[in-house]
Amino acid sequence: MTTPANNLVYERPEAFTETPTHYCPGCTHGVAHRLVAEVLEEMNITDKTIGVAPVGCAVFAYNYFDVDFVEAPHGRAPAMATGVKRVLPDRVVFTYQGDGDLASIGMGEIVHAAARGENLTVIFINNANFGMTGGQMAPTTLPGMKTSSSQNGRDVETQGYPIKVSEMLSTLEGVGYCVRRSLHDPKNIRLAKKAIRTAFETQVRGLGFSMVELLSTCPTNWGMTPVNSLKFVEEHMIPAYPLGDYKISDAIKQIKI
Amino acid sequence: MAAKGWIEVSDTYCKGCELCISACPQDVMELNMSRLTPKGYHPAHTFKDGCTGCAICAVVCPDAAITVYREITKVNTPVTA
Repeated sequence: MTTPANNLVYERPEAFTETPTHYCPGCTHGVAHRLVAEVLEEMNITDKTIGVAPVGCAVFAYNYFDVDFVEAPHGRAPAMATGVKRVLPDRVVFTYQGDGDLASIGMGEIVHAAARGENLTVIFINNANFGMTGGQMAPTTLPGMKTSSSQNGRDVETQGYPIKVSEMLSTLEGVGYCVRRSLHDPKNIRLAKKAIRTAFETQVRGLGFSMVELLSTCPTNWGMTPVNSLKFVEEHMIPAYPLGDYKISDAIKQIKI
Repeated sequence: MAAKGWIEVSDTYCKGCELCISACPQDVMELNMSRLTPKGYHPAHTFKDGCTGCAICAVVCPDAAITVYREITKVNTPVTA
């Protein structure tokens, strides 16, 4: 005789609240949220985790996670997380930032937090535009990509080249763990979850700054169906932003999960 | 015999984005065009037998709307010395 509980393969993580997200249908922000929630639950650290929400689509992240949260001014999440972590060093502090927040207005904060080797975890969502405000060009927009503020496609002569944040931060001494993953298919989602777990383990062990960059979709502002936007990630974003491990310090390589 | 599974899709969370439908290895999912959720989306459902409870739909679901179950065919009895 089996009980229904024994038949359970997968259910919504308990680290989520009951609030439905405000994200557009098919937006992989939700997948990233779910992976973070699953990792916090697996590590049994929801009681001592403090998240820092950004400005951007993920601005309401504090409504969805059943953990303590603070809301930072635009781009200042790493600075705020630094303060929280220094005052409460026994807590697990993570920031959840998009590319407009982290790579544009918050570039100074993220670089210096990484250079100081602050013991934080950063979840960086790269969807190649400013999603919340209507799909304007972001520092991560691909060359030739049409957005609402680069309507003929991003012209690199006048608008510059995309910034590869993981490659850039991996050159800094204070960074312990810096990888790029994608959320476009089940295999890569599982790899992303493992990377998020390693990033939180890095912080729990005090091994320095950890960041996971996740290639994400923005079906509404890209003007595609959710399924086609996953194809866009695979065909156009991954060649421009190669997946891989950009920096893993020797101590972190020893971590067995 | 292939494993037998089933899913429950929450009307509160499902937004009908179809990511689970394209990811399903058994191709047994579709949008239920005869129903609407309170938010006004057609929710996903399984329209025929064949679900194995692999949970790939739940892995790709951005809204954690899917609960996956699998029928237990054999019980692992603890080995006693």
